[in-house]
Amino acid sequence: MATATLAAAETVHAPPVIPEFEIVPKKGLPIVALVLVGLIAAIASNKLWPVEFFHVAFGALWTAFDLFLGFVLGPILGRLSIQSRIEMTTRLMPKMLLIMPTIVLCTLTAGWQLGRFVGPIFSGHPDHDLIVASYIIVGVMAIVALSVLEPANVAVLVELKKPRPNPEVIQTLMRRFIYTAGITGALQVATLVIMTKVGAA
Amino acid sequence: MTETKLPPVTQIAVVSFALIVASGIWIVSHLPEHVPLGPSAILIAASALLVATNVVLLLRVRDFDWARFFAVAKWALLAYCVISGMLEWVFIKDGTRGGELAVLTLSLVIFAIHVPLLMGYTVARYPETYD
Repeated sequence: MATATLAAAETVHAPPVIPEFEIVPKKGLPIVALVLVGLIAAIASNKLWPVEFFHVAFGALWTAFDLFLGFVLGPILGRLSIQSRIEMTTRLMPKMLLIMPTIVLCTLTAGWQLGRFVGPIFSGHPDHDLIVASYIIVGVMAIVALSVLEPANVAVLVELKKPRPNPEVIQTLMRRFIYTAGITGALQVATLVIMTKVGAA
Repeated sequence: MTETKLPPVTQIAVVSFALIVASGIWIVSHLPEHVPLGPSAILIAASALLVATNVVLLLRVRDFDWARFFAVAKWALLAYCVISGMLEWVFIKDGTRGGELAVLTLSLVIFAIHVPLLMGYTVARYPETYD
């Protein structure tokens, strides 16, 4: 019993162990390059299906990631122990640094090309107002992501690479990351409503 | 943390991004009809002014960790140049020309500079060691 109590006390007071990690996972870079080459080929082909594929597939991924991070993983992450949070962060955040910009770029550029094929991006089209509303929502998401979410993502990883990371900084940045992921998740619901309305029309 | 001593770089960047986004929405919501470029030009100029303000404010920060700033900002700059380059290619491919292309290009240049600046700042604002 006494041994167990001592072991528990040691666990509580032991400084968190930070696993070895890469801020930008180099193994993922060829995959990103491959996706971007595919996007360029899809746009250059001037055909409907490739751009529709990129817009729908990557748009679905973007929505799913934002909703999952904002409403499922975010609240769970906030309740984990510091050690578990660090392990999760060092495994998840580097991947997010590559995944999210790639998904966003593919969705938006392919979406713009799809809009040119189908027509709602042009003024005078019956769904043009809905598309302009989606520009505003995506614009707000971009502002939140570029000014808060992504810098916080990078900063927390750099902090974790320091010999003695500041837990207060990590907590502040992670809180910022989770809140902003929640905001973009909520905005994704609005995007879903608009895009399904345009699709149905 | 030394946050209180630092200028409001993030807040200024948010306003700068909002101006760029507003300018972009103004242009693309008018297509394919003629786009009055005056409002966009004003928004872009204001956004560029805010980038310059941020640079000046950062240069005036004493003991700012520039090594850490550039360690992050240079790679972010590379990534956002690739993203901006792809967007520029799409605009040109779609036949955007003249004043509209110039305004959109300037927007992308501001975007490609300001995002890395903000990333570098967010990383460098926290000191290497803490008490």
